Amino acid sequence: MSGIKKFVVGSFDDEVVLFPAVKNVRKAGYKIHDVYTPFPVHGLDHAMGLRETSIHTAGFIYAVMGTTTALTFISWVFTKDWPLNIGGKPHFALPAWIPITFELTVLFSAVGMVLTFCYLCQLSPFVKKHHFSARSTDDHFVMVIECTEKTNDSEVQSFLQSVGAKDINIQVAESGWWLGRYDKEQKLYREELGY
Amino acid sequence: MSLLKYESQQREPLVDGNKDYHQVTEDIISPIEMKPGRLWYIGFYISVALLMFGVYSIYREVTYGIGQWNLNKTIGWGWDITNFVWWVGIGHAGTLISAILLLFRQGWRTGVNRAAEAMTIFAVMCAGQFPIWHMGRVWMAFFVLPYPNTRGPLWVNFNSPLLWDVFAISTYFTVSLLFWYSGLMPDFATVRDRAKTKFRKMMYGIAAFGWTGSTKHWQRFESLSLVLAGLSTPLVLSVHTIVSFDFATSVVPGWHTTIFPPYFVAGAIFSGFAMVQTLLIIVRKVLNLQDYITVGHIEAMNKVIVLTGSIVGIAYLTELFIAWYGQNPYEIHAFFENRGNIFSPYGWSYYLMMFCNVLSPQLFWSKKLRRNITVTFFMSIIVNIGMWYERFVIIVTSVYRDFLPSSWSTYYSPSIYEIGFYLGTFGLFFTCFFFFAKYFPVIAVAEIKSILKTSGENYKVKMSDIEKADAEKFYIEEVEHAH
Repeated sequence: MSGIKKFVVGSFDDEVVLFPAVKNVRKAGYKIHDVYTPFPVHGLDHAMGLRETSIHTAGFIYAVMGTTTALTFISWVFTKDWPLNIGGKPHFALPAWIPITFELTVLFSAVGMVLTFCYLCQLSPFVKKHHFSARSTDDHFVMVIECTEKTNDSEVQSFLQSVGAKDINIQVAESGWWLGRYDKEQKLYREELGY
Repeated sequence: MSLLKYESQQREPLVDGNKDYHQVTEDIISPIEMKPGRLWYIGFYISVALLMFGVYSIYREVTYGIGQWNLNKTIGWGWDITNFVWWVGIGHAGTLISAILLLFRQGWRTGVNRAAEAMTIFAVMCAGQFPIWHMGRVWMAFFVLPYPNTRGPLWVNFNSPLLWDVFAISTYFTVSLLFWYSGLMPDFATVRDRAKTKFRKMMYGIAAFGWTGSTKHWQRFESLSLVLAGLSTPLVLSVHTIVSFDFATSVVPGWHTTIFPPYFVAGAIFSGFAMVQTLLIIVRKVLNLQDYITVGHIEAMNKVIVLTGSIVGIAYLTELFIAWYGQNPYEIHAFFENRGNIFSPYGWSYYLMMFCNVLSPQLFWSKKLRRNITVTFFMSIIVNIGMWYERFVIIVTSVYRDFLPSSWSTYYSPSIYEIGFYLGTFGLFFTCFFFFAKYFPVIAVAEIKSILKTSGENYKVKMSDIEKADAEKFYIEEVEHAH
């Protein structure tokens, strides 16, 4: 998993140029490590062949956990552990529990999802990551292509130039979990087309 | 030009001026990188002074007990709970803007959501102070939590609206904070990557959580925001509903009304938007952000104010009608004597409330006034005064003369420490807000960039040229791109 890897980095200053470039790079068979953008570019994930995220499913599971926690706990307290006689009303007073059940559903789901999000994206206060370009959080769309032993860097560089990239350079970074592993996430271009 | 996203020319641009992505970053981030001005220091110190006064008032209250406040036998809830409901109400606009308007795909929310959400969080922090210190023995505050204890264990009463409130407010605070912070991470990364000094790079690096802007992260981020918005939407409605249950589930005439939940929620949005206006009109001026928080944004929020203000007005009238129609003598007394009679001890506050909340927002039916910054600023203050009086009217006029005339209380007026506590929460709120305005990106930079090419003025102008030149070709290209 770890090890020093070489990357070819090209910056684009317009998403209009970026989209066809992503398509061409993938068509040519290069492996896009990632594209770093200053804001969510809609459709870029599809263009890169990334699979859909299922973080919302996680959110649903956390929500169900919240609902069950609230309902089972309150029922246990009020019917089994310490049944209180409140004006002769039923011990199992479901309508009165709806507010807390709802709040816990939302709380579990939101907290769980944000933690999952931070875990999946490896976000935490003191984490150090390799940044390919400082302008990727400002105005550049930075495409990073991973090099293998067989890759001819200069060929990749000139190819990137031909599809409209600027500031092309080669960077060496220690690849680890913080760089992300999208090998399983990303479909190959020919797989997507079905041949 | 096929990738140029299309938006109707009928819509006003959301970003004025000739901007590109870098210019957006520059405009919003550069105030953070400059030294704060004199005005900032003056404002900040005044806020801290108010906060200190609040701390002293609380110290008096904790040391000598609730008797430091001029509450009495029938008026057990006075200024403190009024202030609590008022602050919670203000705390509704932020999540409404960021969640409900996200689901409704209202592009204009991008300019105001960050500041509005910050306001929400600070307002809820202020609101939380009141019930906590009102407990009297504040060191027992943890008793509201259902934790296993040696007294049985004796649990809290899950059937009580006051406990629902504990869960509602704390959930609301947590979820708003998460929502706000998850949106802040990418913008902190922008500040970090521009930082000139080592210290700033480190601080914003910690705050940014190592955000890189990877496509996969953005994809998850978008999914997360959408689900959080979906969760926050019923949440924001539930919070003030539950606050209204504190009153509505009691048997006190004037509180015991089924209309309370929608009426409270509308009132909360109403006052929240007014507070957003007050703050943003100052922020856009001081930080020079008129291009991002445009008159169009202010007009859109004024439309929400006139809508919710009118809903609140209808609710007031419905209450009066039902009091008369129900023919319950106690309720008639509460509404037509304690409130409606202008010569009764608190009659004036009822009419002040009616004037501020129902009559004055009607000015905003006029487009000219809606787009006038000065008028909006004054209106926002009037609305906030009116909404404070609404809570005051509901709480005090319902309890100062209840069922038993012998316990009707004398005129209730707050003590200096009661007022001090309220001013102290202003201090807390503005201390936080000044801190926010100085060190945080007050506008969601990434979100502005994502709407720039559809709603930026310079891009819209280009769009109209293409549109005119070859409408049919433009249409076909856009439709093709959309599918």
